[in-house]
Amino acid sequence: MPVILETHGLTAFYGDFQALFGIDVTVNRGEVIALIGSNGAGKSTFLKALAGLLRAPAQQIVYKGEPVGGMAAARIVGKGIALVPEGRRLFASLSVEENLLLGAYCSRPGRWRLDTVYALFPVLKERRHHPATALSGGQQQMVALGRALMSNPELLMCDEISLGLAPVIVREIYAALPSIVADGMSAIVVEQDVQLARRVSKRFYCFQEGRVSLSGASAEVSDEAITQAYFGAVS
Amino acid sequence: MSSLVNILLQGVLLGALYALFAMGQSLVFGVMRLTNTAHGDFIVLLVFVLFVLTNWAHIPLWAAVPLLIAIAFGAGYAVQYTILNRVSGRDPLPSLVVTFGLSIVIQNVLQEVFSADPRSLATGGFESMSVALPGGIALGLLPLLTLAVTVAATLGLQWLFGHTPLGRAFRATSDDREIVQLMGVSPRRTFALAMSIAFVLIALAATLYAMRTAVSPSDGPALLLYAFEAVIIGGMGSFWGTFLGGIALGIAQQAGFYFDPGWGIWLGHVLFLALLTVRPQGLLPKTA
Repeated sequence: MPVILETHGLTAFYGDFQALFGIDVTVNRGEVIALIGSNGAGKSTFLKALAGLLRAPAQQIVYKGEPVGGMAAARIVGKGIALVPEGRRLFASLSVEENLLLGAYCSRPGRWRLDTVYALFPVLKERRHHPATALSGGQQQMVALGRALMSNPELLMCDEISLGLAPVIVREIYAALPSIVADGMSAIVVEQDVQLARRVSKRFYCFQEGRVSLSGASAEVSDEAITQAYFGAVS
Repeated sequence: MSSLVNILLQGVLLGALYALFAMGQSLVFGVMRLTNTAHGDFIVLLVFVLFVLTNWAHIPLWAAVPLLIAIAFGAGYAVQYTILNRVSGRDPLPSLVVTFGLSIVIQNVLQEVFSADPRSLATGGFESMSVALPGGIALGLLPLLTLAVTVAATLGLQWLFGHTPLGRAFRATSDDREIVQLMGVSPRRTFALAMSIAFVLIALAATLYAMRTAVSPSDGPALLLYAFEAVIIGGMGSFWGTFLGGIALGIAQQAGFYFDPGWGIWLGHVLFLALLTVRPQGLLPKTA
């Protein structure tokens, strides 16, 4: 399987505070990767660095053979990397449909258009003229996911889609994932719910204090090993 | 009765010019929360650019105005991209200080180059033409043209913000300038484009203002005050609100002028202060 994205010893800083200490992650084409780990382990920071919201040395992030570390976020999305940010961050003064249309601002061609997003989440079509932030949490998350899809990414990154949502809603949204990646899209999913993360992904990386403490195939790893990597000393 | 109608009509026409002064300010505040204290001086600066084009380069007015608009578009982009982007953050103070500095620089450079004398634009008598209405009311053609331009500008801005990809990018950038980058929108470029459009509005205002009256290099702060008052009366960040704010200011001044020629400007300020007390959110407070 061809590699779509690789990080080589990725480091990231918030001012003087170092949040990532040399992360090596590989994502293959058409593969769903899960990032797990406790709060503050660096998962969101990692996604922000990939999306271009945090500076990184060019060679530390290689996407389709091209070094993209430190490239402006507004250019990254045009190359096919989209982020569903933590906490949804919808645009409050835009309607549901306008939020989705803004996702298509970089006008990458592909199968995701308004009608295909509405087919995936029919409830959004009914509420398309409502202000985006007037929707329920689950519906807002669908808008955030749809907005990212509208850029027709080759690599979709989802930061804690389940945050603050009822389990039934979370299952409903994750049920859409297989059909989203069916055409060969890759995905990186950050998820607090480890069982859910393992179920939707092929491989996983467990982060701890800015380092990868464990990685492997999601179906094969034991619960004990994950517990150790999640909480315990780096083995 | 006829004088009341006359006050209202003349007030609307005067207010249209104030609304046009204010439109660029409203746009810039709405998109990047930038309070541009050099706004009036930018109007005066573009008036002098127009003088240079017509009186020094001897370009006819009909050709000079489109040229001025093109220059304004580029200048707005450059000012925002190179200077104001550095201070357009969450903290309003740096941008206030920088635009205040720009205001002083513009006034002094204009005085140095053009002296303090007021200058007016030759329009071949157009500024004194009028149409007569029954009841002895006369409406000037230039004020009517100003009203038409202002209405067109307001409609245009509402359409741009409500129905175009660029307008969506403007509103989204105003909402969240970090996340908008994930959509491929560069806030720096979006802000620069917003300032370009504001400068085009300033160029239109400058042209109509210079056709109407003589302008001197130190007139900027007074124009800024009218623009501010119109924006605040109307409600921050909404274009029809700004339009209404300008009209309200114009009618108040015109009513003042009717009672006593010294009262006009004063009554405008009184209306502004009264509204600030009674309805500080403005007439139409919703953001466009």
